[in-house]
Parts: sequence; structure tokens; C-alpha cells
Amino acid sequence: MRNMTVDDKHLEITLETQVESVNLAEEMCLRVAEAAGFGEDDCYRIGMSVREGVINAFHYGNQERPEKKIHLALDITPEKLIIHVLDEGIGFTLADVPDPLAEENLLSTSGRGIFLMRAFMDEFDVVKGRNGGAEIVMSKKLPGPGGNSENGKGGK
Amino acid sequence: MSLRATHRDAGPVTVVDLSGRIILGDGSALLRTTIRGLLADERRKILLNLADVDYIDSSGIGELVSGYSAVKNQGGDLKLLQLTKKVRDLLQITKLYTVFDVYSDEGSAISSFR
Repeated sequence: MRNMTVDDKHLEITLETQVESVNLAEEMCLRVAEAAGFGEDDCYRIGMSVREGVINAFHYGNQERPEKKIHLALDITPEKLIIHVLDEGIGFTLADVPDPLAEENLLSTSGRGIFLMRAFMDEFDVVKGRNGGAEIVMSKKLPGPGGNSENGKGGK
Repeated sequence: MSLRATHRDAGPVTVVDLSGRIILGDGSALLRTTIRGLLADERRKILLNLADVDYIDSSGIGELVSGYSAVKNQGGDLKLLQLTKKVRDLLQITKLYTVFDVYSDEGSAISSFR
């Protein structure tokens, strides 16, 4: 981790392109999700999605090149937790990602990360980042009134 | 919790008891070396006991699939035993539950190998 800024509802860190960053990002987001009131099942889904987002940035975006960085940002609005994962690669479009559920891809050894993030989060998109890399933007509604579950243990 | 793996013989079947998380890094690597090691010892009937594995990420899923294909390619079989709820759900949404033979009882799993 290189630097970190925090205020009440926004947290942003820059991570090294290394395997340890995946665990670090997951642990940090789990703490934020727990503090935001998400239940165990939703925390699992959020943690897994952050793992997959950072793995994507580490492996596909930055191609495991240590001079590149991974930028992770969390925002809590009154309605939802929003997670941004930005890499320093060349970017990609979702339409080019093979469907891991297609018969011919079932025995593929990779390519399930995007699918899992889509399955586990309420909203998911990939946009062009400010530096030309890919920026994953995903969110989950906060638990409780107006959220997607009464006790934060429901959800998708 | 990092992954741990031990294996034992049950007749012609090798049961691999796994515990921890199968994730990017050491977890996936240990699963790979364990299965490749068994194949090198000509043990081609492999039962992965996942009773104590409560977390697998996409890298871990990839390693399970890779191991399955490697064993199949050598004429063997790799089956799964005692999935936790999270792992079962993960295999179901990725449609891999239809690929792997999954058992909840070790005796039944062992006798299913031919």
C-alpha cells in the first residue's frame, strides 16, 4: 500500500501490483462493509467481488508488472456502497469477455472473475479509467430500510 | 487461513483432505502441486475432501478445473467430497456442479471410482 486518504464516506488507496494486494484490499473492504452494517453473506459477496476486481487489475490489467499500480476507492452514499478498482493497463470492454457459462468455456481455467462480480453485486460496469486503464465500478445497496434486505443477510 | 493439504489411501483411491482457502497465490499453488504430485506417483483416482474449505476464489476454481482436466487427460478421475455451502453455491452459479462428481458421503464417493 502506498498511500491512503480517508474521510467520513470516502476511502482511497493505491496498491502495489502484487498478490498480497488482493488480500489487503479484501480485508479493508470487509471492514468497511461490516462497519456499514452489511450482514455476513453480503460481506462475503462484497469481499469476493473486491478480490476478483483486484485480481483482474493485477493479472489482466497491469499484467503483473510491478511498476504499475492498482487504485481502489470506496464510497458510502445514503443508499449504497460503491467500489472502484482502476488499473494502469490498456482497458477492455465487457462485450469482449467470454461467457464462462458457455459450454465451450466450462473447463476454462480462467475468466470467471467478471462473472462473479456481476453475480455478487447489485450494479457492475467497466469504464475507461482516467489514465486509459480499465475501471471497474460496482455497488451494493446498504442493508436496512431502502436497502436490498432487512438484515443485510439477504441480497442476490 | 492458508491452505493445508494431506492425503491418504483408501484402497485404490487417494483422498486429499484440504483445509483453508483456495485462493490466488499459495493456496492455488499448493492444490496444483498436490494433484500433479499424485499424478506423478501414478495415483489417478483422486477424491478432494473440501469439508474444511469455506472459501474459493476464481483462481481456486481455475485450479480445481485444471486439476480435473489433468487427471482426466491421464485416464483418471477427480471427484469432490463434502462441499461447504459457500463452495457448493459457487460451483452451482458457475455451472461446474454439473462437471464435477460431488458426494456428501466418503464411502459412497470411494466406491463410485471404478
